[in-house]
Amino acid sequence: MTHEQQDELEQVALRVREHIVRMSTNGGCFIGASLSCADLLVYLYWRFLNISPETVNDEDRDVLLLSKGHDVPALYGVLAERGFISKERLAHHLSVEDIIYWHPNRGVSGVEFHSGSLGHLLSVGMGMALDARMKGLPTRVVVILGDGELNEGSVWEACLVASALSIDNLVAIVDRNHFQANLRTEDLIPLEPLSEKFRAFGWDAMHVNGHDMRSLDKCFGSLQLNTGRPTVVIADTRRGKGLPSIEEQADRWFCNFSADETDALLDELNGNARATITSERLIVR
Amino acid sequence: MNAYETLLLDTAARDERLVVITAENRGHMRTVPPMLGDRFIDVGIAEQTMIGMAAGMAVRGRVVVTHALAAFLTMRAFEFIRDDVAISNAPVIMVGMVPGILSDGNGPTHQAIEDVSIMRGLPNVNVFCPCDEREFIDGMRVLLDSHAPWYVRYLSTPELPIDRVAFEPGRATVVRGAALHRPNVTILTYGFLTRQCIEAADQLGRDDIHVRVVNMRSLKPVDTEAILHAVATSELVVTAEDHLLTGGLASIVAETLMIHGKGAPVLTIGFPTWFRPGRLNEVLEYERLSSSAIAQRIRQRLADIVHPPAEPPSHHHEVSHA
Repeated sequence: MTHEQQDELEQVALRVREHIVRMSTNGGCFIGASLSCADLLVYLYWRFLNISPETVNDEDRDVLLLSKGHDVPALYGVLAERGFISKERLAHHLSVEDIIYWHPNRGVSGVEFHSGSLGHLLSVGMGMALDARMKGLPTRVVVILGDGELNEGSVWEACLVASALSIDNLVAIVDRNHFQANLRTEDLIPLEPLSEKFRAFGWDAMHVNGHDMRSLDKCFGSLQLNTGRPTVVIADTRRGKGLPSIEEQADRWFCNFSADETDALLDELNGNARATITSERLIVR
Repeated sequence: MNAYETLLLDTAARDERLVVITAENRGHMRTVPPMLGDRFIDVGIAEQTMIGMAAGMAVRGRVVVTHALAAFLTMRAFEFIRDDVAISNAPVIMVGMVPGILSDGNGPTHQAIEDVSIMRGLPNVNVFCPCDEREFIDGMRVLLDSHAPWYVRYLSTPELPIDRVAFEPGRATVVRGAALHRPNVTILTYGFLTRQCIEAADQLGRDDIHVRVVNMRSLKPVDTEAILHAVATSELVVTAEDHLLTGGLASIVAETLMIHGKGAPVLTIGFPTWFRPGRLNEVLEYERLSSSAIAQRIRQRLADIVHPPAEPPSHHHEVSHA
């Protein structure tokens, strides 16, 4: 990856974060998880996934699924920047006139499946991957899992089955931001050693810095598919990445900021002074 | 090779979209795995994964038959059916083995007697409860081309001696007493108990009680006209099902009558709670679902209509305000 390419992706990621911040007012959104996977999604949609607005309905397209679901503002930001949907549409977040809300709806162009309940889309993605394999298509299926989502037994059930069925056109990515809704994962249901868990289930496991484009490029560039084993990429990330005023704060999971706060956060995002946030903490959704 | 295996293999041969997935319930389809190759998938004892995978395949253009024990298919995987199949409106045909009374000696964990209730409660999901193997096969042919999600109570029992009408969702058939202009009793039923209801009708006929038996076949969509016709023409309407009395056919009839502003003397035959496990014939007797028990319950209900029982003793107590 050249420095120019890296710069370009970082600029896109910045714009995606701006979209996310704009969606965190007037009803709010799950901003923490959206910011943690923003770089990851930008990298995948610009450098890895074989999908574009022109090929969104092609049978051999690659598929990305957001299993944890409430990081969808990041996906909507990416889809808008990539041209799947119009940027104007993001202003309709939470409007009943559109279908852009706190979880993905596959009625939106570029969204392959809806989610919201945790622990579903690994198995849905396995079905899609097997379908492609049966048809002899080069389709790769990428499923983004939250680390908190790994509490769900259905994820591990699916891991067992994916390994048994040798689904090797499947890549699970754990957005390892170390938080679940209210707490650090390791303080509630510890996951470590996480890669060893996946390996014990018959998966190949890789680690990556989920905020560094060069690291992502190196990881996904070296990804070996069609090995007979599914692959997991554990992406080390930070919840709320890009906004020091909320980053890694347990009670900044779901946020509903005032318009003034989002203005200040947009400044903060662009390297200016930290925003002063007085909004209610720990809103439970 | 049984009729189900033949159906699956014939369908697979003419429709390349078909995939069959089981959660390690191969007993009724042993010849299918080697014949279907990679279009047969056994996920092991993992009903949630089975349903999630089926939904993923179905939204990519496949028609998927999932086959598992009815209790675990509908209840272990319920949220996956709701979220991944129903919300997607994906063509997944969910076939539940040993539904209703057929779990006989397994005990309450295996008793799918809430299945019709919870499956019909989901938007987009339809429910088919055949009365014998032949009806199962005839209906499945229609379902496989329906592009809709279906829950099916699997039944492989021998062919009943009834007139056949081509399966159509939402269309019931009269399986006894079609010629009766005004039967004394109409029994609305489905599935395994259809045989018991036909035999009960024959027994009652010998006592000059004229009974029509209606096989509902599809519980959703349901044949509203058949229910309203039963109410309009009979002195007594009976629902008979190997299902809880909540949420199944008894509830469907109640909902239908309420919506249409109708009332009728009814007798609801079904389970008030989980049934006593045991050998099937003994369970039928114990739970008063055998043909003679059904006939007896109908005789009693008719007698109560003609001579209403005395008011039950009052349970009200004087409340003293000290």
